[in-house]
Amino acid sequence: MENKYTGRTFIVEIVAIVLGLIFLVPFYYVVSNSLKTFAEILTNTSALPTVLQFSNYVQAFEKLDYLRVFTNSLIITVASNVVLIIFCSMAAYMLVRTKKKISNIIFMTFVAAMVIPFQSIMIPLIKTAGNLGMLNSMWGLVIMYLGFGSGMTIFLYHGFIKNIPVELEEAAIIDGCSPFGVFWRIVFPLLKPITVTVMILNSLWIWNDFLLPSLVLQDPELRTIPLATFFFFGQYTKQWDLALAGLVLSIIPLLIFFFSMQKHIIKGITSGSIK
Amino acid sequence: MSNHTKLENTNSTSLGQTIANASKPTSFLNSKKLKKAGLFALFVGPAFLAFSVIVLIPFLTGVYYAFTDWNGVTGNVTWVGLDNFKYLFTEDKQFQQSFLLTIKYTVVAIVLTNIVGFGLALLVSQMLKTRNILRTVFFLPNLIGGLLLGFIWQFIFIRGFQSIGAATGWSLFELPWLGDENTAFWGIVIVSVWQGAGYIMLIYLAALQNVPQDIVEAAKIDGASRFQVLRHITMPMVAPAVTICLFLTISSSFKIFDVNLSLTNGGPFKSTEMLALNIYTEAFVNNRYGLGEAKALIFFLVVAAITVIQVSITKKREVES
Repeated sequence: MENKYTGRTFIVEIVAIVLGLIFLVPFYYVVSNSLKTFAEILTNTSALPTVLQFSNYVQAFEKLDYLRVFTNSLIITVASNVVLIIFCSMAAYMLVRTKKKISNIIFMTFVAAMVIPFQSIMIPLIKTAGNLGMLNSMWGLVIMYLGFGSGMTIFLYHGFIKNIPVELEEAAIIDGCSPFGVFWRIVFPLLKPITVTVMILNSLWIWNDFLLPSLVLQDPELRTIPLATFFFFGQYTKQWDLALAGLVLSIIPLLIFFFSMQKHIIKGITSGSIK
Repeated sequence: MSNHTKLENTNSTSLGQTIANASKPTSFLNSKKLKKAGLFALFVGPAFLAFSVIVLIPFLTGVYYAFTDWNGVTGNVTWVGLDNFKYLFTEDKQFQQSFLLTIKYTVVAIVLTNIVGFGLALLVSQMLKTRNILRTVFFLPNLIGGLLLGFIWQFIFIRGFQSIGAATGWSLFELPWLGDENTAFWGIVIVSVWQGAGYIMLIYLAALQNVPQDIVEAAKIDGASRFQVLRHITMPMVAPAVTICLFLTISSSFKIFDVNLSLTNGGPFKSTEMLALNIYTEAFVNNRYGLGEAKALIFFLVVAAITVIQVSITKKREVES
């Protein structure tokens, strides 16, 4: 808030940097120990590794079946995002533009259901999903993410579309554009800022989600990164060299995603929370 | 294609035409109404269908199951009235303990997360040379899911603290952190604050940046101290953000599951098992679905009550300002 860099600002800066380092300490421990031998982890936990043990990573990579679980996570996250964006933007658009009681009722149902915690749904959901053949299927899981994510996604789109003037659409209709054409060619491109926000919030949630996939995907071949890490960590508890390398491997994709989209992420999270 | 052309006409009708249409033959009006309804269903239908099957119907059937003895395996579902709830509040000591623990944890976590988050926001809103990188650093833990964070800290508490304790001789680090119910509870608190503070910081930061600098300058010229500025200008200006952050942390703390599972798994001896984990165990480990649903219903009612209070307070604020 100060405009000049004073001695006081310098002290504040030192304090802030020390705090920042404290925040990073857990990452230091995990990364540095993931490159040590098991014996060295036990004898010298805090020091830097003497010889870098990249073999930990090779082993963890294989035992996690990393390529497969990474691909699974990617497919599920991307597919869920695609269906959420397509169907929720369409629904929100129609709910805003149709000035009827039914639109309000449906919208309020979506919003009100955001309150329901997952634990209040999961038991019958897994039972129903079993009957519908949605268990052990990535598509089943994607449909579930559409169901769970629709409340917030429609809510965010709804708020954004309300502020888009309708005149443009009316002109397009007069020019002979179909309702689908109006939406996809005229309205949807205008939604880009909120689409980015929606995409980021949903991606972080779905990529990190553990409980739902753990209930739906029982087949080891379908495991996502959090699921695979969970079983891997359980199997190699106390075998820290492997467990830690596996943890780092699980975190890397998130870091890449974050640093490539940092600006959007911070903006998206701030705007998403305030609404 | 011909369908579309007709629909276009429908949409472009002005109010006058609509009134004129009303006098036209009803069959035409019905087909037009039908098309509008069809279009509505086409746009809203897919999302609403998925939402109904995945969220709405399971939730409502869940409410019903809360009053039964369903075990999920056999087809027998018997209505038992309020028996499940009676059992939970009179006999199920583990549930009662989890409930109280979750409330205690929620109170501690919201206070600490908000204080740390607000403090960090104050720090990184100064003209520091490293403020951008520090914002990233403080936010970083939030990016990673609770499950992975719990595993990271398992290593820190078990090996890292031991090593720091041996090097410094500080008894704080030599405690059996995850092996004792009291310290294990604080372990969960530490991880959640570490995870949540950066997120809360971002919201406070956005609010702090909206505080008009001319008012701050004017107050300083009038001789206000730093603390007075913070107390009488900054704090009231960020009050709406405080409401947002309080409720964000209340509901996320109350629903804690991932960190609880991966850091302590409710241990030692179920002493740190919070509500969400307790419901999970009841349903999927003990296979007592009916009882699990009764717990889930109570859980829902608490979360819903918190949200209703939040919305009414936010609404009131909006009216006042």
